[in-house]
Amino acid sequence: MQFMLLFSRQGKLRLQKWYVPLSDKEKKKITRELVQTVLARKPKMCSFLEWRDLKIVYKRYASLYFCCAIEDQDNELITLEIIHRYVELLDKYFGSVCELDIIFNFEKAYFILDEFLLGGEVQETSKKNVLKAIEQADLLQEKTETMYHSKSFIGYKKAY
Amino acid sequence: MVVPSLKLQDLIEEIRGARTQAQEREVIQKECAHIRASFRDGDPMLRHQQLAKLLYVHMLGYPAHFGQMECLKLIASSRFTDKRVGYLGAMLLLDERHDAHLLITNSIKNDLSQGIQPVQGLALCTLSTMGSAEMCRDLATEVEKLLLQPSPYVRKKAILTAVHMIRKVPELSNVFLPPCAKLLHERHHGILLGTVTLITELCERSPEALRHFRKVVPQLAQILQTLVTTGYSTEHSISGVNDPFLQVATNTDTSRNAGNAVLFETVLTIMDIRSTAGLRVLAVNILGRFLHNSDRNIRYVALTSLLRLVQSDHSAVQRHRPTVVECLQETDASLSRRALELSLALVNGSNVRAMMQELQAFLESCPPDLRADCASGILLAAERFAPTKRWHIDTILHVLTTAGTHVRDDAVANLTQLIGGAQELHAYSVRRLYNALAEDISQQPLVQVAAWCIGEYGDLLLEGNFEEIEPLQVEEEEVLALLEKVLQSHMSLPATRGYALTALMKLSTRLRGDNNRIRQVVSIYGSCLDMELQQRAVEYDTLFRKYDHMRAAILEKMPLVERGGPQVDEEAKERKEAAQLSEVAPAPTESQASQLLDLLDLLDGASGNAQHPPLLDPSPGGALVHLLDLPCAPPPPAPIPDLKVFEREGVQLNLSFIRSPENPALLLIIITATNSSESDVTHFICQAAVPKSLQLQLQAPSGNTVPARGGLPITQLFRILNPNKAPLRLKLRLTYNHFGQSVQEIFEVNNLPVESWQ
Repeated sequence: MQFMLLFSRQGKLRLQKWYVPLSDKEKKKITRELVQTVLARKPKMCSFLEWRDLKIVYKRYASLYFCCAIEDQDNELITLEIIHRYVELLDKYFGSVCELDIIFNFEKAYFILDEFLLGGEVQETSKKNVLKAIEQADLLQEKTETMYHSKSFIGYKKAY
Repeated sequence: MVVPSLKLQDLIEEIRGARTQAQEREVIQKECAHIRASFRDGDPMLRHQQLAKLLYVHMLGYPAHFGQMECLKLIASSRFTDKRVGYLGAMLLLDERHDAHLLITNSIKNDLSQGIQPVQGLALCTLSTMGSAEMCRDLATEVEKLLLQPSPYVRKKAILTAVHMIRKVPELSNVFLPPCAKLLHERHHGILLGTVTLITELCERSPEALRHFRKVVPQLAQILQTLVTTGYSTEHSISGVNDPFLQVATNTDTSRNAGNAVLFETVLTIMDIRSTAGLRVLAVNILGRFLHNSDRNIRYVALTSLLRLVQSDHSAVQRHRPTVVECLQETDASLSRRALELSLALVNGSNVRAMMQELQAFLESCPPDLRADCASGILLAAERFAPTKRWHIDTILHVLTTAGTHVRDDAVANLTQLIGGAQELHAYSVRRLYNALAEDISQQPLVQVAAWCIGEYGDLLLEGNFEEIEPLQVEEEEVLALLEKVLQSHMSLPATRGYALTALMKLSTRLRGDNNRIRQVVSIYGSCLDMELQQRAVEYDTLFRKYDHMRAAILEKMPLVERGGPQVDEEAKERKEAAQLSEVAPAPTESQASQLLDLLDLLDGASGNAQHPPLLDPSPGGALVHLLDLPCAPPPPAPIPDLKVFEREGVQLNLSFIRSPENPALLLIIITATNSSESDVTHFICQAAVPKSLQLQLQAPSGNTVPARGGLPITQLFRILNPNKAPLRLKLRLTYNHFGQSVQEIFEVNNLPVESWQ
């Protein structure tokens, strides 16, 4: 995978994960153009399109578009599965995830993605393992926080 | 789970609350100033919160490069919270273009070796996302060590990091090749997946790796088998390595997308490896089944893959042709485009009529961006598979009327050539084109072709005896009116106008009425602002006024242009000849004496001849001396043998060639027409044409009559400039009267000696 973008129906970026080195300007340009192209698609159209020399796979979940750019030799149908799996993970973690969760907890969204994909490839196929890893990392974070008696407020804690 | 401090959430809420872009910018600027201040001298404990805020702002598109150093500091800190945010920041803000990124190499190294899994995980993740080539080289050994660690969590990450490293630094393949075999024995799916990816990457890079891994194919097959039989919802994408091991594919449940995904992957594999014919047919059938699937995505991938297969397994794909054609009706643009490409690829000799019907129907209704492709595709296919010329012409006509503005430029040339070649269809074509033109003069390619045809075959148009079409009588005046309409219309391009004007001119010889109307139009355009039109009009006008006797000959029907052969530009030839004639000065009387004298004449820099500047050095003395000064001069080239090119009933035509060593680009051809028959040859005219890259100049002949029984022959000089030493081709056209009949001969001269142009 070359990159993954999450954006709302108004075109606001909610998450961007780049697996290829590009300058900031290029990233912005690509994001802008791709968002426009995907938003212009009608609802019944198929999830794949060709854009520049990449294959784009996108899927809409509620108000969020999940959009991945894959290389020529990658399997599009599997990419759809990847997107779906990521949504499932988010759902499990946040409990019935909605766009607001991703807005207010964007770093968590990144952490979860980083446990699922690495360097553009799938690293863990078991949902359980991914969530367990996140849980462990979160615990570790909590431990270090309390150890240093920092003034961090503990916000809402959702069970998973 | 610790959620970032309320401050970040507050910030987000505030930003979202901003009602205008300006307000949002204000809020963010204020906050960034605060962040900057706290980076400088704020509480180190809270630094991670500040960075988190900065990252949010960055995602909205605002500059955040001042946070780069903070990332470094946070990564170097020993607190996990700091590291988490720090590494995230590094992945978002740093990239290999900034030198700063190298500074985290050391931190990564430390983190990789200190044994706390989540930290190692973070480090590996960052390395695999934004690691540059230098970083990879530095950290290769660390990653290699981690490959063999007991914890699967770290190992799987290490493997994928290795994949990234190999992509960046291919030489590292050697480092990561040995552990692979062992890793395949693992049970953990994450590790297996990573290993397979690694192996794939290694194999793509080097053929030796490929050979090395052939041994593990049975193992891979086994893994696949266990996966399928235990019913695990597969996420594996496994690419085979040269061995058919895919019989298991047939048992996969296709009701869920995951199943389809696996099936698709196997199809891809079959396509990539050199599989047996049976498997390939299986692949095509699977794809055919996909085409019927209600899920649009599946249909799309099926069409794409069939396109790839159509070259090699044409007959298998043909079986699914009807379904593919149905897909043309899709409303989804990506699908219909794929369907179009595939349909075009499937056209062959036997199904061309049916396919063309479908495609033409599609052309009428398809979205504009597909039109050009569709039109050119149809034209190409028609060219390759047309069963009859008439069908071909019909098809092209239909394309021109439906999508005229989208066809390629050479379509016009192709069509005129085609029509010209189909003699029996001249009447039919001109009739149909006339009708089409009468309805609509806006589609330029159509208008151009129609104008040309009407000009060429106008007489056939007026004869009015066609079998199939309604015998509508067309009046001369109507034809002229139509052409004038084209000339005057705003929609006509200059090129189109040129066609129309020339057509009008040609009609002056084809039609029986008087030519006043045409003459009028021609003289009006003599003062047209467009250079090209003006020139034409002036020339045609001159034709009417001064050279009326030649008009018929010049405007005769064109000989067939060979496509791909010498590009004889008929229009240019006509005009060139007309231009020559209109400028003809008193022709120098060529002496009937020997060729040597002719040569001397030329060396004298004979100037009477024309528009082209004298080609030879105009210093007669020097040139003569040169020729006579034999010992010092280079030996004259061996004379090129004469060539007899034509013989009919005692009339013969001979070509002699002369080339000068000083001017190798110049070739002189003297044609000599002799008559050994019992009857005189009168009104003899010889015209010539050469390929475009050569220049031809005809000088006036010595006369028009060759008396009978070996009377004085006619000679005429051609001058040909051939600076590029292009192969010489020559086409001649003779007209004369002999034995009371008029004779016309057009032929290409064969067996031209090589020395004439090399």
